[in-house]
Amino acid sequence: MVVWINGEQRELASDAGVLDALGALGLPRTGVAVAVDGEVVPKARWAATSLSDGARVEILTAVQGG
Amino acid sequence: MTLTGQPRQDAAHHLEQEALVVAGRPISSRLIMGTGGAANLEILERALIASGTALTTVAMRRVDAAAGTGVLDLLRRLEIEVLPNTAGCRTAAEAVLTARLAREALETDLVKLEVVADERTLLPDPIELLDAAEQLVDDGFTVLPYTNDDPVLARRLEQVGCAAVMPLGAPIGTGLGIRNPHNIAMIVEQAGVPVVLDAGIGTASEAAQAMELGCDAVLLATAVTRAGDPELMARAMRLAVEAGRAARGAGRIPKRYWAQASSPDLDA
Repeated sequence: MVVWINGEQRELASDAGVLDALGALGLPRTGVAVAVDGEVVPKARWAATSLSDGARVEILTAVQGG
Repeated sequence: MTLTGQPRQDAAHHLEQEALVVAGRPISSRLIMGTGGAANLEILERALIASGTALTTVAMRRVDAAAGTGVLDLLRRLEIEVLPNTAGCRTAAEAVLTARLAREALETDLVKLEVVADERTLLPDPIELLDAAEQLVDDGFTVLPYTNDDPVLARRLEQVGCAAVMPLGAPIGTGLGIRNPHNIAMIVEQAGVPVVLDAGIGTASEAAQAMELGCDAVLLATAVTRAGDPELMARAMRLAVEAGRAARGAGRIPKRYWAQASSPDLDA
């Protein structure tokens, strides 16, 4: 299936979840937060949260600012 | 306001009185720093150390695996508490989502709430700001809103449960100083929560002025990070905040129209 991760199209397995999305970008699991279709997915639910075709995944972290 | 005004009893008690307290948590420096604008992390590190800050803002953005999380590592190493902001958000909905993501990523309930109206002014949108503040307070956040220098809006933000109010001196990044000192003084006069002068500071005298007006702290970034010598300016800001705070506490003399001799008369 195809999901959008931070605005870019990615091909993931049909049973992929949030952890697979993080893995696809080679990201660490600390210091980041995930929203799927505009809703925050708490870290404790990453493993249990699956993605659907066309899902919009946003993965954010802290950068210099303010 | 966090000071009780009681006489000093001992050094520890004095220090306790001196600390800025936001939502029950003491913050050991009254200079809150931003991290935006620094040319690199090495310069930022030297400036943060020189500033003596204990609380520093970061922004939330899409991860870039190549860029890493250098700023977070730096703040952890320096034992500076992280204050995530919602910079770039234009609506209450965007700001609330960004704050929730920051809470997840950084494991803090502190948020510097920014909801700006347009790129040209970067002025807060008061309607979206108040809406977002109310939602975030209800969701358990400790909300520090970046607000206009409007005493009425500041009061409304406090009424919905914000832990501080952070009025601007001038638009973000302008370095124009405190354009309406009287409004800042009115905000201070009525506030029951700490007042943090946020944005517009260009140089040390303006940071001192904010504290002389009765602000509890100053938040700045550009004035330091884009200064010719960020480390030296950070030190200047630290001293200015301390000096302004002491002057406020000391009580300045009234202004007079005519001279008043400070030496005795010759024939006395």
